[in-house]
Amino acid sequence: MPDLVWFVIRRLLATVLVMLALSLAVYLIFYALPADPARLGCGKPCTPDRLEQARHFMQLDQSTMQQYLQFLKGIVAGRTFGEGAAAVQCNAPCFGYSFPLARPVTTLILSRLPITASIAIGAAVLWLIAGVSLGLGAALRRGRLFDRFAVGFALVGVASPSFLVGLLAILVFGFWLNMVPVNGYVPLTDSPVDWAWHLVLPWVVLAALNAASYIRLTRAQMLEELNLDHITTARAKGAGEGRVVLLHGLRGVLVPIVTIFGLDLGGLLGGAILTEKVFSMQGLGELLISSVGQLDVAVVVGVTLFSAFLVILANLVVDVLHGVLDPRVGHA
Amino acid sequence: MGSEVVSAVSPTRQAFRRVRRDRSARLGAVLVVVLVLIAIAAPLLAKLEGQDPYTYNIGLLDPLRGNAPRGAVGGLSGDHWFGIEPLTGRDLFAIAVLGLRTSLFIAIVVTLVTTVVGTLVGISAAYFGGWYDAVVSRLLDFLFGFPSLLFMIALGIIVPAGFPRWLLLIIVLSVFGWAGLARLIRNQARSLVEREFVEAARSSGSSGWHIVTRELLPNLLGPVLVIATMAVPGIIGAEAGLSFLGVGVPPPTPSLGRSISDSIVWVYTGADPWFLAFPGAMLFLAVLGFTLLGDGVRDAFDVRLRRTH
Repeated sequence: MPDLVWFVIRRLLATVLVMLALSLAVYLIFYALPADPARLGCGKPCTPDRLEQARHFMQLDQSTMQQYLQFLKGIVAGRTFGEGAAAVQCNAPCFGYSFPLARPVTTLILSRLPITASIAIGAAVLWLIAGVSLGLGAALRRGRLFDRFAVGFALVGVASPSFLVGLLAILVFGFWLNMVPVNGYVPLTDSPVDWAWHLVLPWVVLAALNAASYIRLTRAQMLEELNLDHITTARAKGAGEGRVVLLHGLRGVLVPIVTIFGLDLGGLLGGAILTEKVFSMQGLGELLISSVGQLDVAVVVGVTLFSAFLVILANLVVDVLHGVLDPRVGHA
Repeated sequence: MGSEVVSAVSPTRQAFRRVRRDRSARLGAVLVVVLVLIAIAAPLLAKLEGQDPYTYNIGLLDPLRGNAPRGAVGGLSGDHWFGIEPLTGRDLFAIAVLGLRTSLFIAIVVTLVTTVVGTLVGISAAYFGGWYDAVVSRLLDFLFGFPSLLFMIALGIIVPAGFPRWLLLIIVLSVFGWAGLARLIRNQARSLVEREFVEAARSSGSSGWHIVTRELLPNLLGPVLVIATMAVPGIIGAEAGLSFLGVGVPPPTPSLGRSISDSIVWVYTGADPWFLAFPGAMLFLAVLGFTLLGDGVRDAFDVRLRRTH
């Protein structure tokens, strides 16, 4: 156990370092913006006086490094723009302040995150279950109809862009069969049933496509696993086939599945963004794209870093899970 | 076939023979060749049809149905082989073939760039090992598990308006695309580094550069070819995804992803699902073709690609 604790601490430290390096890089890149946020926000007519005022208010008159440190401070302790009655408070964790929208970036993110997260988490749960069980089924019925179906499905799934399949699903299930709603998001807190009902199609589409590579992986790994010595030993000792497969085989399958899942987390967020556009839901992706259009650099930096942090943290969880599942990892 | 005949044929020749014998690889190869030919000849094909992707044909639209095309199958006719775009009446065949040209051009350039960079980084990391390998591996892990789509969208904000978007697409897709290839190539190269011929070259005083380019690279051409082919469908999909989100090549340059995005409203209401069908089928066939070919080439070269470890 202490090994695992050390492993977690080491991972945690590495994660914080990665986040710091990433935020610095992002800050330096995005503050090379050709447009001046102060000029965009200084109103008309933009006299040199007012421009200077706006610049000071937005704290753009400081050096890039100072601004970056302010940004870090904002995440940990919050920050205040301006002084006196006009001051704008941005509470921790403050990922910046959008002057065009007159809202802290964190507030903007939190208003959109539930949509993107609902799509991503629901789809991930569905695809892990579907991918592993279909892959297992295919491995156990190798060469039979079920196997061929699963392998064929996996091929089409790998080959299809998610937005294309999403639109086809809307056409078939939403328009022709009129079975499920095709767009719009209902908050979980309003009505859990409506929430799930509106998300059924996005979940199934995203899960079906991503399950494909998990079917392939589970099938290949299971076929390999079933030929290993410890499986033969278990069989020779008279263990039932169900016990052999679930207890001994599946354990070997889970480790690579967890690894790949960690690698796919970044893609999961991207997939959720494409999916939210297909189903006309106003999630993080929509916020980011419209901010790029509005040259609202505070939101762009905030959303990008926040999402990257989220993925990095999720990866940390996956890593720790990996350490628990496969004791060899902790000692590496 | 006798074994002496097989041993007289080079492994590459054998691999191509295996691709030809594999039914789905053959289908993939045919699809790829046909689509590449269509992409190359796209301007000619549009001229043959007598249309271009920019001219509005308002007269062919039905104002009573919200300016959907008149006639069945999205206004398909002898003049407009794939029908016309709703709202503008632009020719959908010209848009689809020229859009395919844009997609494939970007995908192939990005594949070349990422393959060259990925191969050099992957092989050198495997050969030099030590801290260099550790740093590269961490960087690759990081880049690979990164929400790259978000960054590709976000980078649009710092690019001056005059900067050509297709070049921006190539750059961002390359910057975030090479890591996956480098990782796979590094894992392939690692198994070679320990072999005797590398040891022999090293002990006879060959430089690192010489060993990487003359000893390791020729032995890795098969896996590199496999990895590059298998990367193409992902790049086509990523480019189409960015265009779909409205951050790809700007209008009026035809783009499959943008057309698919434009078709959303017409699919929701069922007013003109054909607008989705033609650009969608084009994109699907392109991705499917390269996927089948990639799988076939992998099986033929008998390369085991592990995403883990």
